[in-house]
This record gives sequence, C-alpha cells and structure tokens, in this order.
Amino acid sequence: MIKKKPAACFVDNKYCPGCGHGTVNRLVGEVLEEMGVDKDAIGAIAVGCSSLMPETFAIDCIQAQHGRAAAVAVGIKRCRPDKTVFSYQGDGDALAIGFSETMYAAIRNENITVIFVNNGNFGMTGGQMAPTTLEGQKTTTSPYGRDIGTTGHPLNVIQMMENLNVAYLARGSVSNNRNIMKTKEYIRNAFEAQQNNEGYSFVEILSPCPTNWGMDPLKAMEHIENNVIKTYELGEFVKRGEKNA
Amino acid sequence: MGKQLMKGNEAIAEAAVRAGCKFFAGYPITPQSEILEYLSWRLPQADGVFVQSESEIAGISMVYGAAASGFRTMTSSSGPGYSLLQEGISYIASAELPCLIVNVMRYGSGLGDIFVGQSDYWQAVKNGGHGDYRSIVYAPASVQETAELVISGFDTAEKYRNPVTILSDASIGQMMEPVELPAMKEHDPDKFQWSLKGKGDGEFRRVTSVMYFQENYDDYIASKYKKIEENEQLWEEFQTEDAEIVLVSYGISSRICEEAVSMARKDGLKVGLIRPISLYPFPVKAFEKLNNVKSFISVEMTALAQMAEDVALACKMKNPVYSLGGGMVIYEASDVYAKINEVIEGNAKEVF
Ligand SMILES: Cc1ncc(C[n+]2csc(CCOP(=O)(O)OP(=O)(O)O)c2C)c(N)n1
Ligand code: SF4
Repeated sequence: MIKKKPAACFVDNKYCPGCGHGTVNRLVGEVLEEMGVDKDAIGAIAVGCSSLMPETFAIDCIQAQHGRAAAVAVGIKRCRPDKTVFSYQGDGDALAIGFSETMYAAIRNENITVIFVNNGNFGMTGGQMAPTTLEGQKTTTSPYGRDIGTTGHPLNVIQMMENLNVAYLARGSVSNNRNIMKTKEYIRNAFEAQQNNEGYSFVEILSPCPTNWGMDPLKAMEHIENNVIKTYELGEFVKRGEKNA
Repeated sequence: MGKQLMKGNEAIAEAAVRAGCKFFAGYPITPQSEILEYLSWRLPQADGVFVQSESEIAGISMVYGAAASGFRTMTSSSGPGYSLLQEGISYIASAELPCLIVNVMRYGSGLGDIFVGQSDYWQAVKNGGHGDYRSIVYAPASVQETAELVISGFDTAEKYRNPVTILSDASIGQMMEPVELPAMKEHDPDKFQWSLKGKGDGEFRRVTSVMYFQENYDDYIASKYKKIEENEQLWEEFQTEDAEIVLVSYGISSRICEEAVSMARKDGLKVGLIRPISLYPFPVKAFEKLNNVKSFISVEMTALAQMAEDVALACKMKNPVYSLGGGMVIYEASDVYAKINEVIEGNAKEVF
C-alpha cells in the first residue's frame, strides 16, 4: 500500500540513509494530521539528530536545550492547555542529561506526549555510549564493549515509569512494517490520551543508527529484531484508562 | 490605591502579577523563597500557573517554553541557583524571547552564604551563559523601585525581545518598606506574530536561535545591543555637578553612600554619587557630563571590586578608580566616609 506523505513532512528529511528518525518523524506527522490536530500542535525538539526534524517538519516547533525538551514542553502546555504539545527526544537527551526533566514530567503526570527515539547511542556527536547502550556494545566511549560493572545496566525507563501515575506508556520499533504500524498506533494512543486530558503519555521507539552502529540499514534492522528487543521488550505497558479504572 | 508595607521579595511577586505575568516556575533558595511562596497562592488567583520545578534548570526551561508561547513569564533564584539558570537564559536570549529573571543575590561563590552581598555582578552583567548576548540588568535600591522595575522590565523585555534581570539582594529582598503598586494589567499572548500557538492555516513558526535564519547575524546582533546601550541607560545622580570625588554604587550599598555624601558635604568636601539603575547597559552617559571629577570610588559588596572595571571603562581610564568592597555586612556611612578621606589624603590604593 502506498500512502500519501503527510503535509507535515514538507521536504525530504536530512537524516542518514536508513536512519529510524525519518520513519518516526513521518509517523508523528501522519498521526497529527489524521487526528486533525497538526494545526494546533507544538513540538519541543531535542538537540542531537532530533534537531534535524524542524528543518523538514511543517509544524510549530521550539529548539529545546539538551535534555530539557520535556520541561520546555511543560512550559508551553501549562500556558496553552488546549494545544497538542509534544517533545521529541533521543536517548542521550531524555535519559542522560535530561533524566530529571524526563522523570519529573512523568511524576507530575504532565499532560504532554513524549516521543522518545532510542537508538542506543549518542548519534549526533559520533556514537558515544548512552544510558540505553546494550551490555557489551562497542561505542566510541565504550571501545571494549559496555561494561555494566562500571556503567550500570541499560536503562529501561518504561520500567521506572510504570509505577507512576501516568496515562500511557508504550514501546515500539521501526524495524519492520508490522512494528511500524504498531508504533503508529502507540503514537496515536499517546496523542489521544493528551487530547482527552488523561495526563502524561510516553512512546519509546527502538530505532537504528546505521551510521554509528557501523551496519548497513538492513543489518541494523535485523540487529534490532535479534538483539535490541531482548533488552527492550515491545508493547503497551500502561494502557489508557487502565490506572483510572 | 494607597501605599502598603511589603517585603522586597513580595513586591517583586505582586508587581509581576500586576504586570500580567501568568507563568512562574522556580526552585527554593534563600533569600528569594518568598517569591515562590507568594506566587504559589497568588498566581492561581490571577488565572496564572505556578510550578515548583525539580531544579532551576527545569524551571528556566519551562520559562523558555512559556515565553515562546507569548506569555509574560518569570523565574527567580539566588547564587548557586542563578548559575543553573544560565543555560536557559542563553537559549532564551538566542531565540529572542522576553522574560523576567530575578536574582536576589547572596554572598560568595560556590555555595556562598545567605548573607547580603553583590558578588553576582559579573555573572549577571557580563553574562553567565555562553555566546553573544546580554541580559538587560536592573538594580533596585528600594522596595518601591523593585516593584517599578519589575513592571517596566516586562515592557522592556518585550520591546527588545530579550531577557531582563532584576538584580536584587538579600537585604532589599527581605526588608519591608511602603510601596505603591499599580492596577492589574492584562497581557495578550496572541498579539505576537512570533509566539507558538499552532500554525493554524498559516505558516508554521520556529523558535530557535536567530543565528540560524538571520542574515548578517553578526551585524544584526551588534546593532540590537547597541540600540539597547543607547536607549536604556538608567541612573540617578546625587550632588555630582561640582563633585571632585564621585562614588559609584548600586542597590543596597548606594543607600549608605547617599548618607556618606551628605556627611562629606557638611564638612565642605565636594563628593557626589552616581547610582546605576541599569547595570547593563551601564550608564556611561552619566560619566560623560562630569567635568571636575578627580577620582571615582566604586562602592560594592564584593571582594573583587567587580563593578570597578565598568567604572574605569565609563570614565575611559581618565581618572583613578578606587574601591570599597567586601560583603556579608552592609557598611556604615562612616566606613564610606573613611574611604573618601583615605583617597583625599592619598593613602588609598587605586584598582585602576
Ligand atoms: C549541554 C550540552 N552538552 C552536550 C551537547 C552535545 N550533544 C549534542 S547531541 C548530543 C547527544 C544526542 O544523543 P541522543 O539524545 O541519543 O540523540 P541522537 O543524536 O542519537 O538522535 C550531545 C551530547 C549539547 N548540545 N549540549
Ligand atoms: S547519526 Fe544515526 S541517528 Fe543520527 S541521522 Fe545518522 S543514522 Fe540517524
């Protein structure tokens, strides 16, 4: 099935070939458009490769400081509660420097949607170790493979958020068509939760960084299916309405 | 409306509400916590939003988002907390957004202490964050002036689309004085073409550093701040017309200097005072008019004579500049008078 490109993606994206960010951008654009809220949406965009998004994404956006996108989104949403406000962040951004801002937006159950692209490294700065880097994974700052004895375990933030009072938590992937369609459903659920004032919604998306993983795009997708998913299970972890039922 | 007795910090908070401020995010630190406490009950009453953020970094980031939405917004902090605000202030300045930042200064570096001091001059006036920007900085010397500068500060911030800093200190923040506040004002957040509100049927907006789209960025930024320097200098002068020794002092210490000038004048000494109200832009115009001056004394509550550098620049190093510094306690007028005598007798060591 060939689908029309959403108007939100007004020119081709600038990510590396095979990068997962492009797919996620498009999914966010499609969902906002299909829900009819693209004209009312405002995005707080992280630094890192996420920062390429505003160059091709025809929706009101603000460039947040590294790690602070959730807090910036909160500032917007609290002032303009009837707009659809989201942050778009990588793993280094949301879980390293911005861990506190990420967790506290969830702790306060802020009525925003966080789109969290987990590619297991700091893509933009050249593939350094991130909180989500897998055990044993080589990066430019874990050249011997990530040693959990000194760096701790890969961070599963959804597990940490599960006991909080939040509206929606899900983890998808862009590694094959089926997963892409599921991820789109998660993104839609997340934005719908916000629209219904249910509170904080968070979608983590496992995504390839072929450039820094040193793999061609197809190998990178296989790597997600064969390895990454073992550490980061897919699915909906807090479903809408579940906590309030 | 008549005058009411108010703490400096509370006057900041109430003045902000009356100026149409609808969003505050901040984190407790002495000696500014009354600002949070006051706004936590007052803002919801006035249809606004108060958030106690998890840190100063988060607080200023929320302010960044709120300011980008076109709302009048502020945060406040002190010392170590002010250091944490710098990342956000640099972003807000780079994106040309208006907002109000309050630093109720405490003394010293690192953790410092809650005693009165003016040691954040360099950080506030010269920029604590990275890059080519300036914050417009006002230094009130009374509770009444604090309230007035908060109100005009929001207007100036919007006029130049630039952060404005109110540089208060522990004593002005904590002291009670009579203050007259203006009536409530409404601010329309939708009136700005640049504010984030969703693209609607129009063009989408980008809030990001103007560097990314401004042609001749260097010239643009240089001329923006030149304009601020030309138009926004504020100061008060006291007996400077024939003065041979001119004290330069701001905020709480300027009040003691006024007394010292009167003491000296009684004894026939030609002493005057320049009180900068705007620290950026520094009121160099006040110095250009002086004809008889032989020397300047920078009186400030800092160990390193921070403002003395700007005094030296303002007089183009044509006169010697002395300093009376040190914080934690406010000087007596007699301390200042003693320094004046030291300078007259040639026993003082100049800093420039
Ligand atoms: C305060 C600060 N520290 C460091 C950087 C440099 N920096 C830019 S992007 C980035 C990492 C981004 O990684 P991630 O969030 O995983 O996003 P990705 O690029 O992988 O999509 C870093 C460290 C910065 N911009 N600001
Ligand atoms: S560096 Fe990685 S995350 Fe960044 S655009 Fe390239 S593939 Fe994507």
